[in-house]
Amino acid sequence: MTKLTGDNIFKCIVAVIAAFAAIILIVNAYVLITGSVRVFSVSGFGFISGRSWNPGASTFGVLPAILGTLITSGIALLVGVPLSLGIAIFIVEMAPRAVRVPFSYLIEMLAAVPSVIYGLWGMFVLRFWVLDYIETPLNTYLGWFPLFSGTPTGYGFLTAGLILAIMIIPTIASVSREVISAVPNSIKEAAYGIGATKGEVIHHWVLSYGRSGIFGAIILGLGRAIGETMAVTMVIGNAAGAKGMPVSLFQPGQTLPSLIAGGFFDSQTPLQSSAYIGAGLVLLVISLLINIAAHVMVTRVLKVKGGAIE
Amino acid sequence: MDNIKMQSVDLNAWFGTKQALRDINLSIKTNAVTAIIGPSGCGKSTFIRTLNRMHELAPTAKMTGQILLDNQNIYNPTVDPVMIRRRVGMVFQKPNPFPTMSIYDNVAAGLKLTGAHKDKNLDDVVKHSLQQATLWDEVKDDLKKPGTSISGGQQQRLCIARAIALQPEVILMDEPTSALDPIASAKIERLIVELKKNYTVAIVTHNMQQASRVSDYTAFMYLGSLIEFGATKDIFESPKNQLTEKYLTGEFG
Repeated sequence: MTKLTGDNIFKCIVAVIAAFAAIILIVNAYVLITGSVRVFSVSGFGFISGRSWNPGASTFGVLPAILGTLITSGIALLVGVPLSLGIAIFIVEMAPRAVRVPFSYLIEMLAAVPSVIYGLWGMFVLRFWVLDYIETPLNTYLGWFPLFSGTPTGYGFLTAGLILAIMIIPTIASVSREVISAVPNSIKEAAYGIGATKGEVIHHWVLSYGRSGIFGAIILGLGRAIGETMAVTMVIGNAAGAKGMPVSLFQPGQTLPSLIAGGFFDSQTPLQSSAYIGAGLVLLVISLLINIAAHVMVTRVLKVKGGAIE
Repeated sequence: MDNIKMQSVDLNAWFGTKQALRDINLSIKTNAVTAIIGPSGCGKSTFIRTLNRMHELAPTAKMTGQILLDNQNIYNPTVDPVMIRRRVGMVFQKPNPFPTMSIYDNVAAGLKLTGAHKDKNLDDVVKHSLQQATLWDEVKDDLKKPGTSISGGQQQRLCIARAIALQPEVILMDEPTSALDPIASAKIERLIVELKKNYTVAIVTHNMQQASRVSDYTAFMYLGSLIEFGATKDIFESPKNQLTEKYLTGEFG
């Protein structure tokens, strides 16, 4: 018998609290799995590979929403990561001291802006910029190319991806900033000492030394992009089913979260409710898979590979 | 004088408002070892860092005066600090090999930056540099291992090899053995004496015995000023300044 000392009691309390994290994930998964049994028993694998979402005919397929999630998140990373890293590098390595702290706060405050505000801004401002300066010119001159085809409206994958890019900047930038400022000065000095320029020090040493941390920051941002609901729902156009099957960047579509948020409360039948829960399960699985893959990459690939200058 | 490699002229330096160096005029002779000694905070590290323009990397650093390398002021606005740092290499207090790079890449890093490796055989340069740093025999089978996987003394010799690989004219050493055990320190000291055949060496040390063992000339600094400078033998056997004598006999420091 262990004695009932203060330390042991404290240990128990902390262990129970820690267990909550695991319990919540398990309960989540349980609810999603039991809730989606119905739709999977009716549609089978067709729920994942199907393109049509027709409650009237009781056909439910989430492939367009899966692709929409991946495409918008992909655009978000493509645009957001370089911007975020640029911001982080600027803050740590270039900004004058007087600018550094207020600028860091400003970036972190971007994370505090509610996503519905980003959504409103996306609808009333960003949409028109995207429409006027990106979609219309690309469509006019390169409309024969499927990615730029269709009728630009400003509502669609591209606008949603760009909103997400802006929304993940604070996450990636502030974590990367921490990672970059943790690079030991002695290493930077050694690099300067062999005649590296500032750009070379950042490229070959700072980013190389911090690469697993920066990769982690990117995954955090990706997690936010995949799960973001409100802002995306407001700008993606919410084209259901086969109409939302991505062909052009400019067309309206759907992501898994926007599909759920946009329709769940209007569901008419238990099967339709189950389909939305099933979409939630697919979303959870995608998120977990990406996190696991990221973990494997950080521990296996990035650590083993040398940081040599090529 | 022809055999002066580097020279400081009326050098003053500050960190913020705190003055770290006061009117330093000091010459460093070609193919000799010049030791800079003095108690902690005397400015000896700051001085050596002005010699390859590392001082200016500190956020609040300022300086006035000149540093001449082959009679050319390295602080002339047209001079690129990157080129100076290739001509004047540096070895730091704590061994700081690049942790993300292999032993081989640590030595080759500087050459890869210059692009010079396209003309030269990189393997030869790496081997030659490690040989000159008396490290080759110990690591020749482990060149692919990380630079941080070897002992502290070996890491410091790796850092010396990294500096040598660029074929600098001057090698600066900022208390290169202060983080090492006596045996590793002795190896570095023997290496320093070897290096002066091919390079000009300036070493900062708080270890007076080390200065007397390895150097040809010694400068004694105190509170940011150069108190005395001369042949090491003269400084240690018959110091002219009372402060120098007190420091060397251990009355303060």
